[in-house]
Amino acid sequence: MTDTPISGAKALINCLKSEGVDTIFGYPGGVLLPLYDELYDSDINHILVRHEQAGAHAADGYARATGKVGVCLATSGPGATNLVTGIANAYMDSVPVVAITGQVPTPMIGNDAFQEADITGITLPITKHNYLVRDVEDLPWIVKEAFYIASTGRPGPVLIDLPKDITTDEFEFIYPGRTYLRGYHPDVGIDEDAVKRAASMILDSECPVIYAGGGVIISDSSSELLKLAETIQAPVTTTLLGIGAFPQSNPLSLRMLGMHGTKYANYAVQESDLLIAIGARFDDRVTGKVDAFAPHAKVIHIDIDPAEIGKNVRVDLPVIGDAKKILQSLNSNLQKMQSRSGAWLGKIDAWKKKHPLSYVQSDEVIKPQYVVQEIHRACPDAIIVTEVGQNQMWAAQYFQFENPRTFITSGGLGTMGYGFPAAIGAKVGCPDRTVIDIAGDGSFQMTSQELATVSKSDIKVIVAILNNSYLGMVRQWQELFFDERYSYTDISQSVDFVKLAEAYNLVGIRAEKPSEVPSAISEALSADRTVVIDFVVDPMENVFPMVPAGAAINEILEQGAVA
Amino acid sequence: MRHTLAVLVENKPGVLARVSGLFSRRGYNIESLAVGMTENPEISRMTIVVEGDDRVLAQVTSQLSKLIDVISISDLPPSESVDRGLALLKVAADTDTRAEIMQIASIFRAKIIDIGAETLVIEVTGDKGKIGAIENMLGRFGIKEVVRTGRVALHRGTKTVGGEYR
Repeated sequence: MTDTPISGAKALINCLKSEGVDTIFGYPGGVLLPLYDELYDSDINHILVRHEQAGAHAADGYARATGKVGVCLATSGPGATNLVTGIANAYMDSVPVVAITGQVPTPMIGNDAFQEADITGITLPITKHNYLVRDVEDLPWIVKEAFYIASTGRPGPVLIDLPKDITTDEFEFIYPGRTYLRGYHPDVGIDEDAVKRAASMILDSECPVIYAGGGVIISDSSSELLKLAETIQAPVTTTLLGIGAFPQSNPLSLRMLGMHGTKYANYAVQESDLLIAIGARFDDRVTGKVDAFAPHAKVIHIDIDPAEIGKNVRVDLPVIGDAKKILQSLNSNLQKMQSRSGAWLGKIDAWKKKHPLSYVQSDEVIKPQYVVQEIHRACPDAIIVTEVGQNQMWAAQYFQFENPRTFITSGGLGTMGYGFPAAIGAKVGCPDRTVIDIAGDGSFQMTSQELATVSKSDIKVIVAILNNSYLGMVRQWQELFFDERYSYTDISQSVDFVKLAEAYNLVGIRAEKPSEVPSAISEALSADRTVVIDFVVDPMENVFPMVPAGAAINEILEQGAVA
Repeated sequence: MRHTLAVLVENKPGVLARVSGLFSRRGYNIESLAVGMTENPEISRMTIVVEGDDRVLAQVTSQLSKLIDVISISDLPPSESVDRGLALLKVAADTDTRAEIMQIASIFRAKIIDIGAETLVIEVTGDKGKIGAIENMLGRFGIKEVVRTGRVALHRGTKTVGGEYR
């Protein structure tokens, strides 16, 4: 919007502002000096992380909490490669992230220059698309396309690699108003005939189950899902990433299915005659043994990504497109049903009564499930972020989620160390919300250096460590499947988390008795800065129910099981 | 089952890596791949021959479609398309065998494009069967070296691929 030539660095800032970017999670470096010089005067909020991986996770957490595109920034070489785990994580969970990396100057590319890495080559399989900017004139349309690609269709990370000379080259900047890509048409519309067939399959079914995934949240179709479930009186189970898509207080909720899902969700799927999958991808943690999954069910698969159809399971009716539009159309094709509710929902209610989620409470030692329940009691509308492992499963099982974008977790990649930086991103994106990272002592140590970030940038989150002194999920598998041979999973007595928090000028609280749990949580909620709570929990507690890997999802281990 | 895919892609650096990387990462086998510019210099055309059942083909096609630089994908059924590959064969040939080799070449409508004291280089175009057949026939003379292109294919008749984009 100017006739005066400006630098690529300045142009990039203009592009980002045109895309509505208010926050960047980044870390400077040699080739980024011209860009950081521009950021110095910019009103974009730059959060300085302490490791680039955390920058990528924070951008991811920001995106999941807000629905906007998250942006992270890293320098060339090691800065860029440090983003890789975070980009892969966003790719697996379809999170819109734009990652910007510095690159050595164009004439030096390919010469193994200092801090050179072929990051577009490295991230080829873990990005939705990526760009190496070869000419500053290309920069505006590349940024425009990157945000468009990241945020439309099935979202995903897009990387822009920016050589240093591009940031200093000057040109007459014009930001394109729209973009057209010959090979990318995310708005495919919907097939009304397929929707009508889906409606008639639903009317013909006796025992339907809705299986909702992260796509429901991404497409903002929770209210359409609720309407569908209530109209057809079908129970709803969600994947891990689908948690929050359907209110768990609703009588039709089956909570989560799969490896650590509820028994009643798994039983319902196994006995269903119609499975309505919405924005879910039949992950192996959901299906267990594929051949034995939902053996009596016809499958309707609603998804925006045609590549998901038939990838893992046979599908009787694919419905491709935006879940929101499809569900709206489906709902208008369906009338409120009366007849079905009796037998099928009665059977499900009986399963729910017979097999609720449960654990054995103790007066002596803190049970991790109890901590999660107490967090829910104290702060039911918090945004819950998790690390990966037992902590993640207990959070999924024992918190009660009612709304989308309130549960943020690394599903597909299962990235330990994700939770804390993602919580930072979520808090920056939603500053008025309480953000709690339900953590394990193992996972938290993978990115605990970000305590410096929250301390310096004045960001308040709560890290609730379910400290069992083990890499708990691996220990659980060793207990169940490897004769209790706890090979390299004991991480006891390695760190004092209270002192660690205090070292960063933050608040550390330790709770060792069940009676101390509520007060620790309320103290954390009222603190004015980030709090790390070290909940010393039962080291041998396991996550149940559990479907062993490769088993059918109704072959379920329970508390006290010996494999 | 073998499928021949005509894939129009943006003629940009790295596109071949995106396509071939996708195949190796997802475990699909490429039997042959040929790439070149179309009549529109912004667009390249890849002819990819893949082996697999309908389910594999559906996966290959839908995964390829997700690449931003892939513009269109068409399956060219053998009955509705023509395809050709080219091979150069360096065959041992002395004064005793040269005439017979040239006769075989001429039956296959292959060309002699280089002649030396001890070798001939033969250029042959055709479908897979024809190239295999001449190779078989020349085997007993001693094939020193073979180089093949990937196969290229077009629809028969007026039908074209990705018309609206070219």
